[in-house]
Amino acid sequence: MAVRASLFFLFLLLCSLLAAALYEDQVGIADWHQKYIGKTKQAVFHTQKAGRKRVVVATEENVIASLDLRSGDIYWRHVLGKNDPVDQIGIALGKYVVTLSSEGSVLRAWNLPDGQMSWETSIEVLKPSKSLLYVPANAGVEKDNLILVYGGGCLHAISSIDGEVAWKKEFSLEGFNIQGISQPLGGSIIYIVGFTSNSQVVVNKVNAKTGELLNHNSVAYPRGLSGEVLQVSSDLLVALDAARSSLVTINFQASDISFHHMAISNLVQESFVTVSLLPLNVNGMFAAKVDSTLVLARVKDTGELEVTEKINDPSCVSDAILLTEGQEAFAMVQHADNRIHLSIRVNNDIATEVLKESISVDPQRGHAQKIFINNYVRTDRSHGFRALIVMEDHSLLLVQQGEIVWSREDGLASIVDSTVSELPVEKVGVSVAKVEENLLEWLKGHMLKLKGTLMLASAEDVATIQGMRLKNSEKNKMTRDHNGFRKLIIVLTKAGKVLALHTGDGRVIWSVLLPSLRESDVCDSPIALNIYQWHVPHHHAMDENPSLLIVGKCGQSSDAPGVLSVVDSYTGKELNSIMLAHSIAQVIPLPFTDSNEQRLHLIIDRNSDGHLYPRTPDSINVFLREMSSIYWYSVDAEKSMIRGHALKGKCNLDSADEYCFSSKELWSIIFPSESEKIAKIATRKMNEVVHTQAKVNVDHDVMYKYISKNIVFAATVSPKASGEIGSATPEEASLVAYLIDAVTGRILHRVTHQGAQGPIHAVVSENWVVYHYFNLRAHRYEMSVIEIYDQSRAVNKDVWKLILGKHNLTSPITSYSKPEVVVKTQTYFFTHSVKAVAVTATAKGITSKQVLIGTIGDQVLALDKRFLDPRRTLNPSQAEKEEGIIPLTDALPIIPQSYITHSHQVEGLRDIVTIPAKLESTTLVFSYGVDLFFTRIAPSRTYDSLTEDFSYALLLITIIALVAAIIVTWILSEKKELREKWR
Amino acid sequence: MTTTTTTMSSFFPSVLLLLSCLFFSSIAASPLGSGDGYTITGRVKIDGTGTRGFGLPAKLSNAKVILNGGQRVSFIRADGYFSFYNVPAGTHLIEVSAIGYFFSPVRVDISARNPGKVQAALTENRRVLHELVLEPLKEEQYYEIREPFSVMSLVKSPMGLMLGFMLIMLFVMPKMMENMDPEEIRRAQEEMRSQGVPSIANLLQGRSS
Repeated sequence: MAVRASLFFLFLLLCSLLAAALYEDQVGIADWHQKYIGKTKQAVFHTQKAGRKRVVVATEENVIASLDLRSGDIYWRHVLGKNDPVDQIGIALGKYVVTLSSEGSVLRAWNLPDGQMSWETSIEVLKPSKSLLYVPANAGVEKDNLILVYGGGCLHAISSIDGEVAWKKEFSLEGFNIQGISQPLGGSIIYIVGFTSNSQVVVNKVNAKTGELLNHNSVAYPRGLSGEVLQVSSDLLVALDAARSSLVTINFQASDISFHHMAISNLVQESFVTVSLLPLNVNGMFAAKVDSTLVLARVKDTGELEVTEKINDPSCVSDAILLTEGQEAFAMVQHADNRIHLSIRVNNDIATEVLKESISVDPQRGHAQKIFINNYVRTDRSHGFRALIVMEDHSLLLVQQGEIVWSREDGLASIVDSTVSELPVEKVGVSVAKVEENLLEWLKGHMLKLKGTLMLASAEDVATIQGMRLKNSEKNKMTRDHNGFRKLIIVLTKAGKVLALHTGDGRVIWSVLLPSLRESDVCDSPIALNIYQWHVPHHHAMDENPSLLIVGKCGQSSDAPGVLSVVDSYTGKELNSIMLAHSIAQVIPLPFTDSNEQRLHLIIDRNSDGHLYPRTPDSINVFLREMSSIYWYSVDAEKSMIRGHALKGKCNLDSADEYCFSSKELWSIIFPSESEKIAKIATRKMNEVVHTQAKVNVDHDVMYKYISKNIVFAATVSPKASGEIGSATPEEASLVAYLIDAVTGRILHRVTHQGAQGPIHAVVSENWVVYHYFNLRAHRYEMSVIEIYDQSRAVNKDVWKLILGKHNLTSPITSYSKPEVVVKTQTYFFTHSVKAVAVTATAKGITSKQVLIGTIGDQVLALDKRFLDPRRTLNPSQAEKEEGIIPLTDALPIIPQSYITHSHQVEGLRDIVTIPAKLESTTLVFSYGVDLFFTRIAPSRTYDSLTEDFSYALLLITIIALVAAIIVTWILSEKKELREKWR
Repeated sequence: MTTTTTTMSSFFPSVLLLLSCLFFSSIAASPLGSGDGYTITGRVKIDGTGTRGFGLPAKLSNAKVILNGGQRVSFIRADGYFSFYNVPAGTHLIEVSAIGYFFSPVRVDISARNPGKVQAALTENRRVLHELVLEPLKEEQYYEIREPFSVMSLVKSPMGLMLGFMLIMLFVMPKMMENMDPEEIRRAQEEMRSQGVPSIANLLQGRSS
């Protein structure tokens, strides 16, 4: 018996351990993975050689990537650390990509074909300053090709072959700020030009081979300089003076520095407000933006300026590229309606446009923000150009010959928030017109398919057939399915763009660049914050579309006014947008809807006043009824304080605003600031479903889970240990975990971990919390679990009391009653650092849970909650084993097969979102960072549906065999009977 | 009421580490000129590659070395070496992220009193490293291995079992019946008839007769 039981247990264990496992040929059936790079900051083309043409880009998501110039695919990609932003990139020797990062302190060279790091040099930076990378353009065969790096008051010359520092030169001058490095062609002299804080122009002449300072020259400019400066040619600088009213040309290569200045008003012949210089890098030319006009000017040999052209309302100008000796070209982009006009000019004949193209661009991509150009020689020896354009929504386009060759939706690398929307219900009855149309479509489709089978289809037809197949394939349909696997994931990106992704294959269904979240006169620097479900129709699900609420604000400060926008989730059309008069500190989606089924949202502003949305008389009626039971809390990390709030009444504003409510503070918890600092707050998901409150123990005892929507997990660390790992000793570090009731402010449980520190990641679900932190004593990461049980219900186990009616089962559950709780905890080691923690969610909450852990390697590990069960003991009894309690181990197991991302990495992982499917056993998981990954998992296997690899053939064979057997036996028995009768 | 387990962290091999620092100091940490920072240099080694190898396996070109849970990220050079510059004295954690391999995090102590003295130990099994050479503890296989088609798997499946049982009933039962005493069979049949339990055989007989 014991053997059998243990075998059974083993079988169960095996079953559950393999729950998330996947066969290699199943990759891509339920999951998809998309790779992105983020908004391009800088791009360098590499097209010299025959063979693979590529462009190397550095992005704001700290990615350096090499892209295929023909298709936009990623050849290789590296995501640098978050504290290591890329400043500049270049290509050295024609085979290395050189990146300067961390404010000029790290220089790395990557092998161009495969992205392998070749060398890395650390540059000592004493004080943060502007950094500059200068890779000599004549990347030829010369042996000692030196890369010049300026950072933190020091100029380093670094060999591009192995990264050795050839020489270094310190510029210890107070307030020296480098503006340019120039090396006249073929010369062995380097000019380093900079300004000091007191408007002195300093020119240093340095020997390129040895770093020896040949000449030092400094002249003060009497009117002062603004610090904005451009290098126009190898010996000329153009700067703005302190008053920002005139331009100064500085000639520095001659033996002494000469100035020449010219008022901008003379240049443009009109009054202006703002002026800024734009880098152009064309020899002898520069660009200045005066108000909204772009002024192109040439510097004559005498140092005088001459305006060559004025262009109104351009978007951006590219850096120049060298075509032939002394001939340089640059590109400019202008906008008109939904088209962008690209023009390319050459410096020796500036007035004429070498190339003028007009390209139609999706209006949802916004304006062009950056442009990089590259040239190629056509067969007729003329120059052709291709342009890489970075759009407002962070997408990347390659334009060649007036067409968009490829585009990348790289805004998806910076998702801010996400939500889910159901797809439309499949309509059974359709109108006659639709039937006719459908019939025609159907006929067309079949004709195409027929053509395909008869091998008559052209390439175009094949593509259409493919598209149709894709559209009709079960998982990619645009309608709701029975299992709830097909949904729309709606994401909000940093650029203020909202995109809907289909869960079937991750394709973009619609995208909209919200006008309210674009930079405009009313809204200076908009920030996209959150996305919520605004309207989920149930009564009229057939003919009403659901909609979404997008919340943003204008400006960084906490009192910046908010922006609301409502978007249809089927079409992406913006239905409504409101510019708020108040700020946004917190958005609380309330569990109530008005008569139009619009979800009520309470927006708390900086003064703790609540504002109700939608602003309808109906919503206020609903709200007033429920007002007394609305509580919320706010966290003040600076003061180490958590406050609880409730609504009081109408606002005491001068203007009567009936949708504004004032609040009162109910409670506050102040942590001692000298010993505790808030490091993490976590709460339960609002939409989580709990199946049962009771939990039956091994000894058939019932424990009641303490289930409350108001439970808040807060963790504090000692201020000394609030930094990174390695900055504190175990003695001065401690971590305190609290469970707080957010309505009363009562601390339900408190536990201290000595010698532990952050970063803390936590997830709260049902009656438990799992949190991850670092144990300094063991120098390993730990995960702790706290389970909380309601003791006051435990007395109901007495049957006599139940019969006599002395139970409290019917008494209302309220946060105000003092609960008697019992807490169970346990702690385990966990190997990896963690980036995000989430928990699976299912429709009814019956299925057992898995904790999803985003590891430092950008993978997502599914860990059974049973491993994080405080009832685990070293030697579980027979009864416990049968219940599935796993013997206690000191570390949590990492089973490679339970990585739900299998062999993919979600680079730059930031968050994991779980969405319940309609099928109880299944959870949809969407994780995002720089990459996106979606899959569906079944924490206890798909017990309610047949798996995809279910063999229908075998079932059929069995049935046939059974039927055949019945017939055979029947015949046999009949024959036998006949024989017996004859006998 | 709190129940905490005693499995954790109470035992810490401090003695072991103290002993180890007496006789080993081979891991390089060179102080930079500026004073407070040290350089940690190590090597990631995977079987089949090394200093004399032909570079890292293709999938390792995306490997990262992470200091203190993401504070800094470094990359591996073609020969497997990696470095962290300007690391302050103290106890640090180095992790290697390489798809397909499981690496143990490494605890690295940089002594402030004896500049340049560095100790390293794997945190998973507390093995002390004399050189900062990081090797994967095991390879990670992310997929289930599909077993090749076999008759046994068919037989073992519920439907296979059902079929098997049927076949047994079909061929073995009549044999058993034959071996039985005809008297006994008749008695049993009579008994069954008197009880009125319909059997499949009876039903079939009834229909055919």
